Parts: sequence; structure tokens; C-alpha cells
Amino acid sequence: MDILSLLPPWLLTHGVALLVVLPLLAGAAMAVIPRERIAWTITFMVMLICMLCALTLALQVIDQGRLSYKMGGWEPPYGIEYVVDALSAPVLLLISAMAVICLFYASPSVKAEVEPKKRAAFYGAFLICAAGLLGMVVTGDAFNVFVFLEVSSISTYVLVAMGHSRDRRALRAAYDYLILGSIGATFFVIGIGFLYMETGTLNMADMSNILDGLDGGSRVAQVGFAFIVIGLGLKLAMFPLHMWLPGAYAHAPSFVTIFLASTATKAALYLLLRFAFTIFDLSFDYVVTILSQFVLVLAVVGMVFASIQAIFQTDVRRVLAFSSIAQVGYILLGLSFLTLSGLTASYVHLINHAFIKGGLFLAVGAMWYRFGITRVADFRGLSKTMPWTMSAFTISGLSLIGVPLTAGFVSKLQLATAAWERGYGWAVGVILFSSILALVYIGRILRVAYFETPPQINGVEVLKNEAPLIMLIPMWILAILSIVIGINAGWVVDAAGRAAELLIPTQMIGRGL
Amino acid sequence: MTDLFSSFNYGVIIILMMLGLYVVFAARNLIKRLVGLSVFQTSVFLFYISLGKVSGGQPPILVDSRGLEKTDHAASPIVQVAASDDIAAIHSLHHVEAVLYSNPLPHVLILTAIVVGVATLAIGLALTVRIREVYGSIEEDVIDRLDYQYNLEGAGE
Repeated sequence: MDILSLLPPWLLTHGVALLVVLPLLAGAAMAVIPRERIAWTITFMVMLICMLCALTLALQVIDQGRLSYKMGGWEPPYGIEYVVDALSAPVLLLISAMAVICLFYASPSVKAEVEPKKRAAFYGAFLICAAGLLGMVVTGDAFNVFVFLEVSSISTYVLVAMGHSRDRRALRAAYDYLILGSIGATFFVIGIGFLYMETGTLNMADMSNILDGLDGGSRVAQVGFAFIVIGLGLKLAMFPLHMWLPGAYAHAPSFVTIFLASTATKAALYLLLRFAFTIFDLSFDYVVTILSQFVLVLAVVGMVFASIQAIFQTDVRRVLAFSSIAQVGYILLGLSFLTLSGLTASYVHLINHAFIKGGLFLAVGAMWYRFGITRVADFRGLSKTMPWTMSAFTISGLSLIGVPLTAGFVSKLQLATAAWERGYGWAVGVILFSSILALVYIGRILRVAYFETPPQINGVEVLKNEAPLIMLIPMWILAILSIVIGINAGWVVDAAGRAAELLIPTQMIGRGL
Repeated sequence: MTDLFSSFNYGVIIILMMLGLYVVFAARNLIKRLVGLSVFQTSVFLFYISLGKVSGGQPPILVDSRGLEKTDHAASPIVQVAASDDIAAIHSLHHVEAVLYSNPLPHVLILTAIVVGVATLAIGLALTVRIREVYGSIEEDVIDRLDYQYNLEGAGE
């Protein structure tokens, strides 16, 4: 890689640490910064540097393979190791890029939704949340994962609760999220405890080696795995554990919803992949059983049930939140096939869904900014009053349904092919059925927006009132990205393929079929 | 029966864990649910602390064996050994008194988890205070009823 040789050497060696340290330090500094503009500028610069770090790391990973960084110079099994490989590099890039894209949008949106005194602190909480998410993905130490998981969760509770000046139900949503999120994280830490009990190490690579030596018979590790799957299941909104998600997404400030919807569940999904396939692996029978039966059933039920629930919601943000739960089902379905193509499909959908759902929530946030509306019934005539916003919403919406030439079609086609190869013809049917349900819930919003006339307020028809340019740019970046991936998905599929090869090494292919 | 007593700490942990979880799900008062959550988390702290305890192990504090020799309290130097070391071999080779020490790592880990638990509880209580200010109640039944009316009247201005 030529670009790598042009970069300063310190960025190449310490980029991994900067990714977490910078937002964490800047987040703490926000406590003493009084001015909102300064806070926004610092946040933006920090996340931009993080994105550049993630980009260089991704290039380095393509060039050299696995990168390992010894935190504080301590050797890996004893010290904390940070690892970037083909599995984590795309997720790191996704999180930091989504943060930068959202921040463009933040300045008008936060002004409209958060009390003036709390805005600088709001950016601080956002930075800490981003640091936690990046840390979860980059760390190679199992207990460190828990710490970052909680760092991101606790700041997320605060961010969700900040929505109370717009909608008082945000407080209750944040409280429910706090209770369930803490239970999830505690289950996760119980699982880590069992793994530590069995292996005596916290380093993921070391843990994986020791577990391999145990010949798959260890009951303690088995219990640990169950706790970890449930704990992460709560965090990633696996179907029956999704209760916190609709409230948190529907009542948080728009900016928070956009960032959470596109990154938080993705980071938890990444952890599930990391734990299920690299620390444990398919040579353990219980891992195969849990993933290919338990997770498969929950994924399918989630895809159908959450989509049906989405149809009956009156609030657009709740429609999209339930749709997120269904999309998590798609990702889990691909994972539960335990094949290379299945994992590739699930990883592609993980990336695509972040762009799609980010784009949709960006558009909905802009509509609230202009007209203060989130209910489906209030979307009347939006195609005339906010044409640009509505067309970005439409493109992302079509992508969510899976119309050809969009990102959603690429990942759904991959998933259906993987299901067919696995011999699950019925799963193809479920994917189709769930897509039809998506057509219903997105179509319902589009029908109101396109085929009904704008409402009249006090006898005067509402006039065209487009969102500001700074809000339009990010949603159009994501909408265009959706189409670009739909036309040429090669780069996303390649990245996902490399991640899948890492998850299922050659000797494991065909295990558990 | 001996099994029951040798692992009774785990029994206590399981009971606390289930109690905590039950309170979280059964209580309809926001403070009581937080109390349940705390009990649940505390049981996990106990679990980690149990995990690090080596039977017969001393606290993992470094003893300066030369200082002990001066006061003639110990005939042979004391050497601290981990449970994974071969104690008999150390005894026979070095003529030292081997003392087991407990594994300190889980205890250090749980310090972090305690801090996390405190932060969670603080945020939870702060949220409860705000909910009390806005809704005038911390009973979920009352809050649900108020939210239901709020939904019917429409969220917008």
C-alpha cells in the first residue's frame, strides 16, 4: 500500500490506542467546556481523527493481516491487548464514519432538541459512548470488553434521557433501558467469570487456545457460553430480549437514535461473532447446537413477529425501531447457518443495515426538525413539503425492503443464496415473507407521504419547507451509498468475505452441518 | 453433604442472584427495581470474589522474609506460592515455608465492576428523581396510566 508509507509512523503504531483514548479524554474534557460551538468542533475533530485512524488500520489490515497493540507495553497474555483484524476493522470504520456523518447533522438537531445548558455535556456523553463502542470492538481482552460495554451503555442511558425536553417518555425509556441493559451486561460478566474460572486467562486469543485444549467437554465453559449469548442477546436486541429497543429509539433525541440504530447493536453483534466463532468455535458441540437451533429459531420468529408489530405502529420512529429488531433477525439468521456464505451475508447485512437505518432515521429527524411530526398520519403530503428529505427517505426505505439496485437487495440476495446452499428452502420463504411485511410498513408511510395532500393548519395549506442543507447532506450521503452498494457491492462483499474466513477457518468448514 | 457445605458460597450467590432478578421483574416501584438490580449485581461481585479464593490461601501481600528472620518468628524463609505451583517440590528443594496465596486478579476485576455498578445505580437514581419531578410518582402503574392518556391526547403541540 502506497498510502501507508506516506502517513506519519506514530499514526501507524499508536492508531489503535488513539481510537479509544482520544474520544475518552475529549469526553471528559467536555465537562468543563461551557460553549456548545467549541464542544461541537472538538467532538467533530476527534471523531474525524478516529475515522482516519480506523481507515489507516483497515488499510494496514488488508496489507499485513492481524495487528496487535500492547497497551502500556505489557505482553499479551498478562497485559491488555488491542487487536484489529479483518473482522473488527470494518466495524471500527463503520462506527467512526457514522459518528462523523451524524455530527454534521447534530448542530441544528441538537439545538432543537436539547436544553441549552446541557448541550456541551451532551457532546461529552456522545464522545464517551463512541469511545465505549470503539473500545468494545478493538479490545482483545474479555474483561475489557465488559468495561467498554458498560462505558458505552451508561453514556447511552444518559443520551436517551436527554430526549425528555422533547418527549417526557424518554425518561421512562432510559430507565427501562438501564434496567435491561445492566442485566444484559451482568449476564455477560457472569459468562466471562465462568470462562476465567475454566481457563485462568482473560486474553481472547489465549482463552481460545486453552479452550481448544479442553476438548469441548468443559461444562463450566458451556455455562459461560450460555450466559454470554443471553447477555449479548439483550444488548443486540435478539428477538425476545428486545423490549428496551422501541422505547429507547422512539423517544431519544434524533441524533442519538441515528447513532444508536446504526452502531450500538452492530457492535454487540460483532461481539457475538467474536465470542461464538473465535473464542469458542464450531468444534464445540454446544456452540453448534445453540447457534444452529436456538439462535436460528429466535432469528426467524424475530424477523416475522417484529415486522408484523412494525406494521401496527402509529409512530414512524417505532415502525423503524421494530424494523431494526427484524433486521437483527436477518443478521442472526445468516450467522446461524454456520457456513462461509451465511456469515458473509450476515456481515454484509450488518454493514448495509447501518447505512439504511441511519439514512431513514436521519430523514425522520429532519421531518421532526421542520414540522415536529413523527406519527404516520402526520406525514401527509411530505413529498410536496419536503421533497428532498422525502426522496432520501424513499431511497433508504426501498433499500430496507430490498428492491433491486439497492444495498438491501444485495444483502438479502446473499442471505437467500446462503440459505438455499445450506438446504433451508423454507428460510428463503421466510426472507421473502419478511420483505413483503417490510414493503407493507414502509409502503404505508410512503402512501401517506406521496398520495395525500399536505394538511391545512388554520385554513392555510402548509407550504414547502425543506430541511437545512447541513441535514440533507448526511442523509443523501447514506442514500447514495445505498445505491452505490446496490450497483457495485464488490467491496462490501469482499470485506465481509475476509471477515467470514477469519470466523470459520478452513478446517472448520462443514462443521455442524 | 460435604459438597453442599464446601460450595455453600455458590448457593448463597445463586439465591441472591435469583432474589435480585425476581425483584427487578416483579416490583412496580422504580426504586425497588433498582434495589433488585443492585442485589443482582452484588451477587456477581461475590461470585468473582469466591472465584479467586484458593482454599487455605493467604492474602496476596508480599512478605519480606528477611525482616521475619530478624525477629526470629520464622525458622525458615516464607515463600509465597500460587495454587498452580508444585508446593511439595518447592518444599523439598529450597527448605522454605511455602504459603499459598489467593488469586488477586478477580478481586481487582471486581473493583472495576463495583465502580460500574455504582455508576449505573447513580444514573438510575438520577433518572428516578427526574421521573418523580415530571410525573409526580415513582409507581409504574401511575406512570403507565399517565403515558396512556398522553398518547391519546397526541404527543405534538
